Amino acid sequence: MVLVFSDDKKMTLELLSKGSEIAKTKGKKLTAVIIGKSNDALAKEYISHGADKVFNAEVNMDHFKAEEYAEILEKVLKETGDETILIGSNKNGKELASRLAGRLNAGCVIDATNVYLRDKKLTAERMVYSGNAIAIEQFVSKPCIVTIPSKVFDPLKKDDKRKGETIKKKIETEKTKSKILKIQDMKSGEVNVEDAEIIVSCGRGFKNKNDIKLVDELAQVLKGKTVGCSRPIAADLKWLSEDHWIGLSGHKVKPKLYIAAGISGQIQHIAGMRDSGIIVAINKDPEALIFKSADYGIVGDLYEVLPKLTNAVKEKMG
Amino acid sequence: MKIIVCAKQVVDVSEMKIDPTTKKPILQGVPQKISDIDKNAMEEAIKIKEKNTGKIIVVTVGPTNAKEKIKELLAMGADEGVLVTCPDKYDYHVISSLLAEAIKKIGEYDIVLCGEASIDMFSGQVGPRVAGLLNIPQITYAQSVKAEKDKVTAERNMGDKAVTTESTYPVLITVTKEINEPRLPSLMQILGAASKPINEWTADSLKSGIKPVVETIELKGVPMTRKNILYKDDIDESVGKLVDSLTKEGVLR
Repeated sequence: MVLVFSDDKKMTLELLSKGSEIAKTKGKKLTAVIIGKSNDALAKEYISHGADKVFNAEVNMDHFKAEEYAEILEKVLKETGDETILIGSNKNGKELASRLAGRLNAGCVIDATNVYLRDKKLTAERMVYSGNAIAIEQFVSKPCIVTIPSKVFDPLKKDDKRKGETIKKKIETEKTKSKILKIQDMKSGEVNVEDAEIIVSCGRGFKNKNDIKLVDELAQVLKGKTVGCSRPIAADLKWLSEDHWIGLSGHKVKPKLYIAAGISGQIQHIAGMRDSGIIVAINKDPEALIFKSADYGIVGDLYEVLPKLTNAVKEKMG
Repeated sequence: MKIIVCAKQVVDVSEMKIDPTTKKPILQGVPQKISDIDKNAMEEAIKIKEKNTGKIIVVTVGPTNAKEKIKELLAMGADEGVLVTCPDKYDYHVISSLLAEAIKKIGEYDIVLCGEASIDMFSGQVGPRVAGLLNIPQITYAQSVKAEKDKVTAERNMGDKAVTTESTYPVLITVTKEINEPRLPSLMQILGAASKPINEWTADSLKSGIKPVVETIELKGVPMTRKNILYKDDIDESVGKLVDSLTKEGVLR
């Protein structure tokens, strides 16, 4: 049987879609897990999106802790007997999946971009070497744990007529010795690069923090309103918050249009935006790596190109 | 305070070339190094030791030639090294189990420090797996760590949130690249590292007959098919041509 879990509802719905496909080819059932208070509405929603069974592990817990969540899932697995486990690949999900794998001596593939059966064995693909290769990993024993990032699979259409079973059970865990003291919101604004349709990004080619307004203005006229950046801008210079950071360790995006201004095109950055629809690069160095990953490129000083491009787009779009 | 740092020898991804026909990475002949974020873990261990006194042991599961790279960490400030020679076939299960067994063999410890992920594979599995195997608390993605006598407090970077977590010892902590700037050892330190011990343990002596549960059956190339149209003449002309192209692509609306 196949089991899916994420502490993020949206990701759970996406996992249910892939999970039900795998369960069907194996002729097995699909379980979704809810950890927390009893939640009938959510259970119903999971069933309407493909779950055959919802296991609501009722626990008294204020916050996510990998140690306790891993123990809960371990106990749920003992009850359900599921052998294929799909977990949403956010930061919580990754450390949870890995700890669980350690406890179960199980195989685990993190950030899978595809999951399928090959020769009847569960097989998962993932990017390695900074996005320069795809490793095809095959499980040779059970259980199998795979984490899947958001937006890799689309959720199934909601079907309110679908029937399923809901199991509720109180689960006790050993209290971990770690304690959460404070949770602070890091979100600076309303930025969500992962959902954006148009992104204009800036990189090391910008000389001052203030100059980022050039990117902002272009994003505004493109009605994309979303500004992204490469690692140096967010991690080293901190001119923009990490919400804007696109790359292997930042956000992975796939907008319809991605414009990279003053970004050299390190493989780590490419790994975060390679799935974009159309990629445009602006760089004064004609040899810049970014042009190899772009559909269209302008060789020129971004301080000259960006204002002109903003005006031209403004005229075109009226 | 006894600190164990787990470090991995990896291929230097930035030196890697791609085969133009197969689009696969060429792994042969690529220089090896200690994974960048593991050096951040090492730096953090040194900072903790400087404040609290104690001992730092670095553990690597890898090929025999990893000994040379362990010396770099000894030069930075580790007191002792352990190299567990890696079996021919391995996966995260094998590596984590060997690390956990090596840590148990070392005996008492307060903190196990790891990088959040290695720069070649970037899974981030090893830290939490080892914590699970040792059944100790885990604090992942730490961007600052404050170690005191009876407890450690760390601020975790969870993307949209910063979570401050506290734990008693023993604890496993994984750190991010942003936590610190790893120091460069001085010539004296590099020379001094030669006299620090590196113990070699075989995988079999720690846990015999351990087998992978996941096999990498293929490494595929990632073809990037882009139009690569470059406008490099007059800026005004280039901008005009770009806007026309984007209109035709249907992305301007």
